[in-house]
Amino acid sequence: MKKMINNSVLAGLAPSTKNLLQTVSGLVAVYIIITIISATGGLSYSMSNLLAGLCIYSIVAVGLNLCVGFLGELSLGHAGFMSVGAFVSASITHALSASISSDGLRFLLALIVGTLAAALAGFLIGIPVLRLNGDYLAIVTLAFGEIIKGLLNVFYLGKDDAGLHFSFVTENASTLGDGGKMIINGAKGIMGTPHVTTFTIGMALLLICLVVVTFLVNSRTGRAIQAIRDNRIAAESVGINITHFKMVGFVISAGIAGVAGVLYAHYLSTITASKFDFNMSILILVFVVLGGLGNFRGSIVAAVVLTLLPEMLRGLSNYRMLIYSILLIVLMLFNWAPAVLEWRARIMPKLSVFGSRKKKEDA
Amino acid sequence: MSFISYLIAGISLGSIYAIMALGYTMVYGIAKMLNFAHGDVIMIGSYVVFYAVNSFGWNPYLSILASVAVCTLLGITIEKVAYKPLRRAASLAVLITAIGVSYFLQNIALLLFGSDSKSFPDVLGLPALVLFHGSLKIPGTTIFTIIACIIIMLGLMTFVRKTKAGQAMLAVSEDKDAAMLMGVNVNNTISLTFAIGSGLAAIAGVLLCSQYHVLNPYTGALPGIKAFTAAVFGGIGSIPGAFVGGLLLGIIEDLSSAYISSQLANAIVFAVLIIVLLVKPTGLFGKVTREKV
Repeated sequence: MKKMINNSVLAGLAPSTKNLLQTVSGLVAVYIIITIISATGGLSYSMSNLLAGLCIYSIVAVGLNLCVGFLGELSLGHAGFMSVGAFVSASITHALSASISSDGLRFLLALIVGTLAAALAGFLIGIPVLRLNGDYLAIVTLAFGEIIKGLLNVFYLGKDDAGLHFSFVTENASTLGDGGKMIINGAKGIMGTPHVTTFTIGMALLLICLVVVTFLVNSRTGRAIQAIRDNRIAAESVGINITHFKMVGFVISAGIAGVAGVLYAHYLSTITASKFDFNMSILILVFVVLGGLGNFRGSIVAAVVLTLLPEMLRGLSNYRMLIYSILLIVLMLFNWAPAVLEWRARIMPKLSVFGSRKKKEDA
Repeated sequence: MSFISYLIAGISLGSIYAIMALGYTMVYGIAKMLNFAHGDVIMIGSYVVFYAVNSFGWNPYLSILASVAVCTLLGITIEKVAYKPLRRAASLAVLITAIGVSYFLQNIALLLFGSDSKSFPDVLGLPALVLFHGSLKIPGTTIFTIIACIIIMLGLMTFVRKTKAGQAMLAVSEDKDAAMLMGVNVNNTISLTFAIGSGLAAIAGVLLCSQYHVLNPYTGALPGIKAFTAAVFGGIGSIPGAFVGGLLLGIIEDLSSAYISSQLANAIVFAVLIIVLLVKPTGLFGKVTREKV
């Protein structure tokens, strides 16, 4: 009976909206349960500290999934957009530490500007990048990620009574006037950013990003983006402006990575440019591919599981990353190898998503 | 004179990139995949030489041969276990699996050999060439590296053009299914490509470590990425392209770290790559493929 009512309420909605509602209610339920557990002291310190981190990785995985899963463009430089968001927002937090006293207001401002800065970086990088195809696009995004990292590594920003001063390559602490303070210290990065990111903020932003992305995918723009992914030439021939729609998707994806960067900067009090390296981009890509291309819920699950996995394997000390890598290979083979998929379709036609799809194709 | 010595150092670094890039480009041309584990095969190969020379006191050239053998076997094993089951799967799946293999090799090395950096001796021990009454000194390893790279490149080109196995490789890279219908054993051809690429990786590893003297489980990672960049730079899938791309990349990196900033050298290398790809989207020697509707 209950199921029927549920169905009738949801019947009028698009399947992806239904999907979104399920995901959102699931996340809210998880949030409530975890808050209750942590209020009763059932959570270890390291675990409760990790919760915000899980939200951050989930957000950036959702953002990258928009780029890889829906736009169909492999980006190996999303850590670069994260670092733009992180560095811009942390600089704002430090620069305005005297003028705005409210931590919340300052964070909100830092969040908005950091996100916009990452989106702008996405736009600037998108102009040349989106002209290329396939693996060349991937390698150029990788290159941009490395360039952003390289530039931030030699970037110095200081503030004194006269305003902000920046320079490349050389430290300019001595040239600062009265009340001078360094904000970005080259390779040493930004230190002492207030710890504002909490599980609640992380979860709220994750929900917002999820809603934004789902609405985008269901909109006219989203359908155009998927048409381009599925067949670029056919999409072009029905009058879809390829560059425009690719750019929209790419910029939003970069902006979401920026949100995660802002949270990251205010989660760890010290950030350095070298943290946002190629390995970070790859880590995010692993979340997306393992969770399923175009499946935002899967990205979140994969981000959470793969972030928790090394933590849970911590007892195995030296062997944990080895086990992690083996699990990664095995999971990839299990999920993608045609021979394994066939076997899974035979063994468990009802349990396996791939199996049921296969059956439909056969019918 | 300092410019010439920087240039020679750049050519030498570029030759190492070129040897690695040859491995990337051949595997990419035939299996259409980025073998991210290539850089880590280089690292394993270097450890083999390190222990063969230091612990067992083998002759350096003999240990290089041993390292080539180990890496060739390793390459074939990786291909059979991790990549072959995914041959008909999406390319992204293969990419992530390759990343998994790369993590696996790094962590195996971490467990077996420890995380501390080993100081790798100049195993070749060749005398330096002194020119212009001592104002220009070229280390023997540098000369060896450059000559080795040229020989390998010419050898590979001859192999691909003149031998039956090489022709099979060309056929598979052109059209896998058509090659199979013509009686080419696609599986063996792909294995052979991985074997050659990994064998070259062993040589590249020894040359890299002999010049920079540092060896740890992460030694191969960044040079691996740069060598792949070099392969893209020259037009991926093209053997002369990988050679030229590697050389140019090495020269640009060395000169920019000498004259501009050593910290910005990597950023400059990648900026040049982007400019080249914007002007010529398939790389310097890449073939333009027409899109069919």
